[in-house]
Amino acid sequence: MAFLSVRQVTKRFGDVPAVDAVDLEVPRGAFFALLGPSGCGKTTLLRMIAGFAQPDGGTLFIDGANMNGVPAHRRPTNMVFQSYAIFPHLNVFDNVAYGLRKERLGKQALRARVEAMLATVRLEGLESRRADELSGGQRQRVALARALAKQPKILLLDEPLGALDKRLREAMQVELRALQRTLGITFLLVTHDQEEALSMADQVAVMSGGRILQIASPRELYERPVCREVADFIGQINFFHATVKHIADDTVTANAGVLGIVTLPRASFGFPFAVGDHVLLALRPERITLQRGSVAGQITAASFLGERSHYQVKIAGRSEPVFVASSGAAPQGPVLLGWAPDALIALPFTA
Amino acid sequence: MKSLRAYALAYLAFLYLPVLFLPLFSFNNSRFIAFPFTGFTTRWYSTLFADDAMLHALGNSLEVGAVTALLSTLLGLLAAKAVTQYRLRGTGALLGFVSLPLFIPDIVLGIALLLLLGAIGFPLSLAGVALGHASLCVPFALTVLIARFEGFDRNLEEASADLGEGAWMTFWRVTFPLVLPGIAASLLLTFITSFDEFLLAYFLSGTEATLPVYIWGQLRFPDRLPMVLALGALILVASVALVVLAEWARNLGVAPGKKSIGA
Repeated sequence: MAFLSVRQVTKRFGDVPAVDAVDLEVPRGAFFALLGPSGCGKTTLLRMIAGFAQPDGGTLFIDGANMNGVPAHRRPTNMVFQSYAIFPHLNVFDNVAYGLRKERLGKQALRARVEAMLATVRLEGLESRRADELSGGQRQRVALARALAKQPKILLLDEPLGALDKRLREAMQVELRALQRTLGITFLLVTHDQEEALSMADQVAVMSGGRILQIASPRELYERPVCREVADFIGQINFFHATVKHIADDTVTANAGVLGIVTLPRASFGFPFAVGDHVLLALRPERITLQRGSVAGQITAASFLGERSHYQVKIAGRSEPVFVASSGAAPQGPVLLGWAPDALIALPFTA
Repeated sequence: MKSLRAYALAYLAFLYLPVLFLPLFSFNNSRFIAFPFTGFTTRWYSTLFADDAMLHALGNSLEVGAVTALLSTLLGLLAAKAVTQYRLRGTGALLGFVSLPLFIPDIVLGIALLLLLGAIGFPLSLAGVALGHASLCVPFALTVLIARFEGFDRNLEEASADLGEGAWMTFWRVTFPLVLPGIAASLLLTFITSFDEFLLAYFLSGTEATLPVYIWGQLRFPDRLPMVLALGALILVASVALVVLAEWARNLGVAPGKKSIGA
C-alpha cells in the first residue's frame, strides 16, 4: 500500500458528488499535486485527508492506518491554509510553537525547535512580530513553519501561493521544491495553477467534476494527455478533428481536414481505435513551425513575450485561429505551418 | 453649511440638555429645583452616601446586574457560537424570535413574567428580576457576540485542530481570546441595561428594591429630590463610562482574522 492511499472516496453535498469515487496512491516522500479548476473537488479531497470533512464512502489510509473517523487533531497531517490562518492574537514564535504544547518540551528545547523551524523558512529574528506586522510572504512562511514544526507525515498545502505576487510566487515555488527535497516529507499540493503544479510536483493528478482524469508526471501530462480536458487545462493547445484512414505497423494515417492527410506514430494513441474512427488531434503551439510546412496561413496577431513570441494564424476552412509559439524572428505575411509527426497527440473524440 | 451646523447643535441640545439638568441642580444649594442657583454644595452627595436604604438598593442593583450580565452573556456566547458555526436552516427566523423581547412593550413583558412566576410559585425576588433582565439582555449579548464570531477566519479554528488541539482546547486557545473583547462588551452592555431597567424590576422585585425602584419610591418626598438628582448624576456618569468602555472593547482588534488574508 502506498503511503497515502485514497480508495473510492466519495463526498456529496446534497445530491451533488463533490468528490466521486476517487482512487489515489501517493508514495512516501513525493511532491504530489492535485490540479483542477475551482469546484473540481480538489479542496474537498484535501479537507478529507486533513480530517476536516469525513467521506461519505470509501477509505483513506495514511502510512497504513485507516483514517476514517479519525478527527483532524489526531491525524499525522498538517496544513498550510490558503488564508494562512495565522493566529492574530499570537506572535510568530507562539504561532510556530502552537502545535508543540502536547510534546511537553522544556523551555530550552521548545525554543530550539521553534528557532530551527524559523531558520528553515528563513524567518530568524521575527519571533516577537505579530501577524499584522508581517508581509504576505512572511505570513506564508510562518504558516509553513507552524505546520512543519509538528513533523507531519504529510504536509498539505491548499493553494499556498495564491495570495502572493508573481515574482514572490515564482521564488517560493523553487524554495518549496527545495524544502521538500531537503526534509523528505510528503507534500500534497492543491492548486488551480497548472504552472505551479508542473514546476513543483513529481506527480500531478488532474481533477474535474469530482473525478481524477489523469495521474502522471508533469512532462507526461504535457506530452501525453489522455483526454481533451487535460490537454486543454495544461498549457495552450490546438485541436483538430480527424478520421483514421489507415493503420500500419508503426504509423497511423488520418484525414485531419484543414491540416490535410497526416501521419503520426501509432504510439501517439493511448486508447483503442479503429479505421474510420473520429479522433481529436492536438498540437502544442511550440511544436508548430512557421518556416516550412504544408498548411498555408496568415498571421493575424502577434505578441512579443521576450524569450518567445505568440502568434495567431488564420488558416483556410477553420474559424478559430491556430496558436503558434516560436522563439525565432517574427516572420511577415503568409506563413507555412509545419510540425513533426510525433508532435501530434491523438485523443478520443469528444464534441 | 451654517444652518446645518445650527441644526446639529439644536439636535444635540434637545437630546442632552434635559439630562444635564441633573448634575447641574445636584450641586445647587437649595431644596427647590429652580433657577436661579442659590450656591454650590456637595451636601446632597454626602446625604446620599449616608443613606443606608440607597446603599442597600445599590447593592441589589449591582448584584442583579452582575448575575444578568453573566447569564445573558453565557447564553449569548453559546448561541452565537452555534449560529455562526452551523449555518442551520431557519437561523434568521430564530434570531428574530430571540430578539422579540426587545420589541414587546416592557409593561406587557413585566405583567407576563409576573403571572408566570406566580403560576409556577417562584417568589418575587431579585432572582426573578435577574431572570427577567436576562430575557431582555440575551438579544444584546447575541448581537454583539455574533458580530465578533463572524469577524474572524473560520480557518483559525481548523488550524488549531490541524495542529493537534481538540474542540475544548481550540476554544480556549483560539476562539476565546479572539472573542474576548466581544465578551467584555457584552458583559458591560447587559450589565448597564439591567442596572438602568425599571419596569421589570418594579414588578418582580417584591420587597427588595433595585436602585431605579428605590429612586421611584423617593420621588414621593420633595425633600429627597436633590439627593435623587445627585444619585441620577452619578448613574449618568457611570452609564456613559460603561458604554464608552463597551464600545472600546467591542472594537478592540476588529476583524482579527481578516488581517491574516491577502497581501
